[in-house]
Amino acid sequence: MRRLTWRPAELVEGSAETATARTLRFRVPGWPGHLAGQHVDVRLTAEDGYTAQRSYSMAAPADGDLVELTVETVADGEVSPYLTEELRAGDQVELRGPVGGWFVWRPESKAPVLLVGGGSGIVPLMAMIRERRKAGSRVPFRLLYSVRDPERRYYAEELRRPDPGLDITYLYTRSAPDGVSRPARRIMLDDLAEGGWPATFEPDCYVCGPTGFVEAAADLLLALGHAPERIRTERFGPTGG
Amino acid sequence: MSIISRGFRGKRRDDGGRVPPGQYLVDDFPVLSAGPTPRVPLDRWEFAIDTEAEQTHRWSWQEFMALPSETPTVDIHCVTKWSKLDTSWEGVSLDVLFEDVETAAEYALVYSYGGYTTNLPLEDLLDGKAWIVHRFDGEELEPRHGGPARLIVPHLYFWKSAKWVRGIRLLNEDWPGFWETAGYHNYGDPWREQRYEGD
Repeated sequence: MRRLTWRPAELVEGSAETATARTLRFRVPGWPGHLAGQHVDVRLTAEDGYTAQRSYSMAAPADGDLVELTVETVADGEVSPYLTEELRAGDQVELRGPVGGWFVWRPESKAPVLLVGGGSGIVPLMAMIRERRKAGSRVPFRLLYSVRDPERRYYAEELRRPDPGLDITYLYTRSAPDGVSRPARRIMLDDLAEGGWPATFEPDCYVCGPTGFVEAAADLLLALGHAPERIRTERFGPTGG
Repeated sequence: MSIISRGFRGKRRDDGGRVPPGQYLVDDFPVLSAGPTPRVPLDRWEFAIDTEAEQTHRWSWQEFMALPSETPTVDIHCVTKWSKLDTSWEGVSLDVLFEDVETAAEYALVYSYGGYTTNLPLEDLLDGKAWIVHRFDGEELEPRHGGPARLIVPHLYFWKSAKWVRGIRLLNEDWPGFWETAGYHNYGDPWREQRYEGD
């Protein structure tokens, strides 16, 4: 039986992703590797022994003993403000994982892929995009990425670079940049009909974001005829893990 | 000896010893599930118990609603680390549903509309430990929280409390369910932090 052990993880580098999110790269000696879409548990221990744990999706595919997370600061949170504001290179936390064998994409998979991300829900989807590129997969990917405004986009520079076979549509919910004809609004049927795949292509659909977003997007995919067993969801909000 | 994270203090909240290790308290009610929310019309809803001797006990929605109900108030603990205290439900005790069920099986595989499954020892469903509930906090149970009816087994991690519950299959041998096959612990006791396989 495989036992998941807590491993010391040292922050190698941290960089601002947006005004409220930070990407963290940890070195985790003995890390066993992981699949795109899996998550880790992070444990923090105070000097007096008090501990707190949370789960975070990994943002990048396996790369030796490096584990990359992108963490959104939860106002009034217990763990995320420490990770985004306090933790410096050389500091240590503990990590345990990888966890989760359902919301994952494997490079040997041949079905077209639809990724639907809301806000910080982009993180495990980005791991899938990077895994596809790293593996040289030619499986066509489409990403629908719902964000409040352009400043909220994660990985903006990387996603601006051409990546053949990956189509990206941004769905702005509060304010769209100049030149974007779609009015700022929440995700709707047209967005998935135009930016996604027809159900007859039988794509694997991965939907990740806050609960309301995931509920809406998954219902719209069902309405477009996608089979429920091809729609994988991961939901989180400030408190959803 | 665990690693100290420099400068970490944490936000402590006195929980009166009611929160298992590794958990934190929430006031809202997070939603977690692996796929889209199934919508089950009440005229097509049924709940079934299938015994190891292939006898099936079935209840339609009307029959289920005619059973004596209870209003348990319990603490719940999700493996994703949140706990919620004093949640109030209304539903039917599994003891009532099992009154006329003859079985020597030791294991139960719970199955749901939408295809979800989870397993647990049958004794963890009996003696006042589990309910099929249809109301939360005085309101009809919302589909996103498992409505029209879900199982609650508060003494185990909440993934055992199957949403959109459709039936229970009694088995002589244990049969791992959805998350149990995907690396989560087979039993899931929050007080022993049985989160993942091998814990």
